[in-house]
Amino acid sequence: MNALKKLLGIIWILLAAAVSYYCIAIFGGKLSSGKQDDLVFGIIIFFILLPLVVSGLGLFGYYCLTNEYDEDYD
Amino acid sequence: MSKASSKGIWKVISASSMGTMIEWYDFYIFGSLAVVISTKFFPSDNPTAAFLSTLATFAAGFVVRPFGALFFGRLGDLIGRKYTFMVTLMLMGGATFLIGCIPSYETIGFMAPVLVLILRLLQGLALGGEYGGAATYVAEHAPKGERGYWTSWIQTTATVGLFVSLMVILITKSVMSKEAFEDWGWRVPFWVSVLMVVVSYYIRKGMHESPVFAKAKAEGKTAANPLKESFGNKYNLKFVLLALFGATMGQGVVWYTGQFYAMNFLKTVQSIDSSQVDTLLGIALVLGTPFFVVFGKLSDKVGRKNIMMLGMLIAIIAYRPIYRAMYTTTDLTKKTEIVEKTTTVPSMKVVEGTKIDSIYTTNRAYTDGTTVEEIKTIHMEEGKVMLDDKGKEKVETKITKKINNADRWMLVFLVFIQVIFVTMVYGPIAAFLVEMFPVKIRYTSMSLPYHVGNGIFGGLLPAISTYLVTTAKDAGDVEFYLEGLWYPIIIAGVCFVIGMIYIDKKINTLHE
Repeated sequence: MNALKKLLGIIWILLAAAVSYYCIAIFGGKLSSGKQDDLVFGIIIFFILLPLVVSGLGLFGYYCLTNEYDEDYD
Repeated sequence: MSKASSKGIWKVISASSMGTMIEWYDFYIFGSLAVVISTKFFPSDNPTAAFLSTLATFAAGFVVRPFGALFFGRLGDLIGRKYTFMVTLMLMGGATFLIGCIPSYETIGFMAPVLVLILRLLQGLALGGEYGGAATYVAEHAPKGERGYWTSWIQTTATVGLFVSLMVILITKSVMSKEAFEDWGWRVPFWVSVLMVVVSYYIRKGMHESPVFAKAKAEGKTAANPLKESFGNKYNLKFVLLALFGATMGQGVVWYTGQFYAMNFLKTVQSIDSSQVDTLLGIALVLGTPFFVVFGKLSDKVGRKNIMMLGMLIAIIAYRPIYRAMYTTTDLTKKTEIVEKTTTVPSMKVVEGTKIDSIYTTNRAYTDGTTVEEIKTIHMEEGKVMLDDKGKEKVETKITKKINNADRWMLVFLVFIQVIFVTMVYGPIAAFLVEMFPVKIRYTSMSLPYHVGNGIFGGLLPAISTYLVTTAKDAGDVEFYLEGLWYPIIIAGVCFVIGMIYIDKKINTLHE
C-alpha cells in the first residue's frame, strides 16, 4: 500500500500540472475576451481555483512521494 | 451517559445548532434570491451578465470563507470557542440585515452592488468562523465513541438553514403580490434574520466554554500561534491537505449538487415555476434531513470513512442518470398539447423614444395537466427588430412550466436521492475533522479544509456548471443539460480515490 501511495504522488503532481495547462490553454482567452461573463469566469478559474489546485495538490503529491502518508503516519 | 449529562449535551446541541442554522439561513437567502437580487443591484442591460455577477458575488461569499476560518479559527484556539462564535453570529446577523436595507442600483447607482459585495464578504467571513467553532464545541462536549452522533446535529443545520430560507421566502411571497415581492418584499427574509440572531445570542450567552479547551487553557497547553502550528508544521499540514483532497473537496461538490445545483437546474434548465421548485425542494430536504443523524450515528459504529466514501461513489455513478430522468420528466416534446386550449395575447411596451418591445404571451395546456406560459419579447427600434453584438435578432423567450402532481412527486424523489448522498458525505464529516487535529489547534486546522472544500470547490459549482451548460448549449450539444455535472463528477472522483487510498482508520483515533 505504501508503494502505491508513493507512486500515486506522481499522478497528483501530474494532475496539478495538467489542470494548470488545461486552464491556461482553454480558459486563457476568457480574461481578454471583453465579455463580462467570460471575465467573471476567468477570474474565478485563474485567481482562485487554479492556485489552489496547483499548489495544494502539488504539495500533496510531493508529500506522497516523500512517504509522509505511509501506514504509520509518523 | 447519565441523565444529567445527557440533558447538558442537549443544551449544548440546541444552543450551537440554532446559531449555526441561523448563520446558514442568512447565507442562503442571498443564494435563494439570486435572481431578484441581480435585477435590483446589478445593471440590467444584460440579464446574463447580471445573473453571473450575482453568482460571482455569491462565489465571493464562498471564496472568503477560508479567510474567516483562519481569522476566527485562530481566535477560537487562542481565546476560546464560545466567545468566537458569539462574534461570528453578531457579524453575520448585522451583515444580513444591512443587505436588506441597501437601496437599489436605480436609486444609488454603483454604490449598491459595491455595498452588497462588501456585506456579502462579511457574511462569508462570519460563516468561515462559525461552523468550525460550533462543530468543535459540540465534539468537545460529546462522550467518546458518540461524536459522530452528536456532531451530526450540527451537520443538519446547513440543510435546515436552506429549508428555513426557502420557507420564509415562500411565506413572504404568499402574503403579497408578485409585484410587491419584487419591489420590496424580497427584503423581508433579510430583516427576519435579526429576530432570530437576537434570540440565539441570548441562548448562547448562557453557555460555558468547551471543557476540553478550558482544561487545556488552565494547564497552559493552548497554542501560542495557532496559524503557524497548523500550517507551518509539516506533520499537521499533511493532514490538512489530506482532509481537503480526500474528504471535504468531494463532500463540498456533492453537497452543492444535491441542493443548489438541483434547484438551479429545476428553475433555469427545466424552467419550472419558482414556487413549485421551492416547495418540492423543501419536501425533499425535510424527508432527507433525519439521515444526517442516521449516518452520523452509523459512523460511530462502522467508521466515518466508509460512509463518506460510499456516498461519494454512489453520487458519482448516479448523477447523470438522475439528471437525465429529471429533464425527461418535464420534457414538453414527450407531452401531448391540447391545441384548442392554446391562447396567444399580443401586447406592446414603449421602452423609450422609438424603441418598443413587442410581447406575445402564449399559454399552453397539456393532457397530463402541465401548463406552460411562454413570453416572447421582440425588441424593436423604428419598426425593425434590433440586432445584438453577434448580429442576431434581439428576441427573448421566457418559459415557465407549472408541473402536474405526478411529475412533482417524481422530482421530489429524484432530489431526495441526492439529499441522501449529501447526508452520507456530510453527516460524519464534523466528527471526522475534529478527530484529525489536536485540541490546541483544532478550530483553525479543521475550519480551513472544511471551508476550502465546501466553500470554494462546492461554492463555485453553480458558476462553473452554469458555464459548462451554456457553452454546451451554444455548441448545439443535444445533452447540454448534463454537461454541468462533469465538474462535481470529476472533483468527487479524484476525492474518492484519494480518500480510499490515503485515509486510514487510524486517523480517527489520533486525537481522541
